[in-house]
Amino acid sequence: MPDMAIVAEGLGKRFGQVTALDGVDLELPAGGVLGVLGPNGAGKTTMVRILATLLRPDSGRAVVAGFDVARRPEAVRARIGLSGQYAAVDPFLTGQENLIMIGRLYGLSRRRARQRAVELGGRLGLAEAARRQVRTYSGGMRRRLDVAASLIAAPSVLFLDEPTTGLDPQGRMALWQVLGELTAAGTSLLLTTQYIEEAERLAEAVVIIDRGRVIARGTPGELRARAGADRLELACPPGQDPRRLAAALAPVGCGEPAVDEQARRVVLPVADGTGILSEVAGRLTAAGLAVSGLALRRPTLEEAFLALTGQPSAGRAGTGPDPDSEPAAAARQAGGSGSPR
Amino acid sequence: MTAVTAAVRPGGRGLARVSVAVITGRNLRRLVRVPTLLAFATVQPVLFVLLFTYAFGGAVHVPGVTRYIDYLLPGIFVLAIGFGASQTGVAIAEDLATGMIDRFRSLPIPAAAVLAGRVAADALRNLFVTGLMIGVGAAIGFRFHAGPAAGLAAVGLAVATGLAFSWLNLLLGLAIRDAESAGLAGLFPVVILFFTSSALVPVATMPGWLQAFAKANPVTVITGALRALSLGGPTARPVTEAAAWLACLLVVTIPAAVASYRRATSC
Repeated sequence: MPDMAIVAEGLGKRFGQVTALDGVDLELPAGGVLGVLGPNGAGKTTMVRILATLLRPDSGRAVVAGFDVARRPEAVRARIGLSGQYAAVDPFLTGQENLIMIGRLYGLSRRRARQRAVELGGRLGLAEAARRQVRTYSGGMRRRLDVAASLIAAPSVLFLDEPTTGLDPQGRMALWQVLGELTAAGTSLLLTTQYIEEAERLAEAVVIIDRGRVIARGTPGELRARAGADRLELACPPGQDPRRLAAALAPVGCGEPAVDEQARRVVLPVADGTGILSEVAGRLTAAGLAVSGLALRRPTLEEAFLALTGQPSAGRAGTGPDPDSEPAAAARQAGGSGSPR
Repeated sequence: MTAVTAAVRPGGRGLARVSVAVITGRNLRRLVRVPTLLAFATVQPVLFVLLFTYAFGGAVHVPGVTRYIDYLLPGIFVLAIGFGASQTGVAIAEDLATGMIDRFRSLPIPAAAVLAGRVAADALRNLFVTGLMIGVGAAIGFRFHAGPAAGLAAVGLAVATGLAFSWLNLLLGLAIRDAESAGLAGLFPVVILFFTSSALVPVATMPGWLQAFAKANPVTVITGALRALSLGGPTARPVTEAAAWLACLLVVTIPAAVASYRRATSC
């Protein structure tokens, strides 16, 4: 077992005029978990496809599980599992038949493939449906079956491209649990996600990709720190304009306050979290303003993302290259999704 | 995970064989479970035999042939197999769209295995379809006039024709990517070539400008070879010509389809 599960250096990939990847470096130590965050179209899927030998990079190189993806793709394939963005399962086979098929294609014996199919079906909550054709499954069940298929041969490096997209909360928790156990047992995991929470929950290291480049890397904690200050979150009582609240408190902050008029909430980055609370109280009294709630908290990764990219993490969904999405909308969205947990 | 050891070791030739068999099994399961596919394999060939026999049988008189069904059935083999093969293009385009190809390509199996498994399943289906048409044909008067060996050779040639159709449709599906368009693209040449061939009527009854095309038409050539094997008469030349056509098609379509598969990813 090599020390590094994944080493990628200067990966570049163009599709016609579009640069999907522009010199990406990555490292994943064996047994580690790397979260790749980025908006739609950032290059996450292209990167996974290169690392999983589906696409050849135009430049740079990548070594996965000890083998160069361009020179020894078959050796890489024998050691990886991939679950892409779609539930890639055959709707006309049963859940169990799907798993056995993939297991056999990995070279497992008939008996072993069946054993693993039963085991994984049980772990991912698919045991009861194992003998039903997949076309009768819900979207979440298909997604879990797809992940099970990627695990069937106990790969040493696992790629999951947005694995919990479309899962309900229980399904997501069940999958997180399984992934946690897998990585504890030594499987190296690279997962892409748009859910900050997922990266925080699973990953020891995170890279943020935007427009084909790594724009930040570190532990979730370090990235939070990069997002700078703590956040003061204020709830505005009915009948009072939240913009007045923002204006009155802006001088206390170390950045622009974000106002969410719908949720009647103001979020203000503050440099000295606890130290400013008395000043906040003083200014509110002086301006004759009231608050119906007040919280001081660390920035979420969502806010870190916003600070680093100037965009909320899901802000460019499906619109292709759109560098100038409306900043106000971005701020509102960030405020709305950054509620304290 | 309970003490899982990496059970996977790339198995070389052995895995290649197993993977083709596994993919063949997948496609055969789909064949009996997907209503459309089952209809393409059962109802349609029977309808073709009955419809063309009774619709054209009264009007067409082929010199030297007593029963029209004896003349017709070889052409209907080609039609039914050609129509059925369009489902192969549809299936591979669907696999591409749903990410199945991405998954297969991430597995330690040869690139050609997924395609070869599909073609093998098609060949088994075509064996069944040809047998079914012979059975239905026999019930309404069809007979092999050149003996059982030639009859078996005819079945073999029909199945071989299916191989070429299957590879062609795999290539179309991978190139066109949209399932519906791939299906139509697979049917279109079959319809055109079938009706401008000797499958239904002798080439001699066609206008002169069409005769030249009809004679070179691969469906005419293959139907001619199938007739030689079922009606009797000299077989060496027509069978060689048909084999040459099929070999040319396969030499072009197999490498092109495999190359296209190697580059294929969803969206």
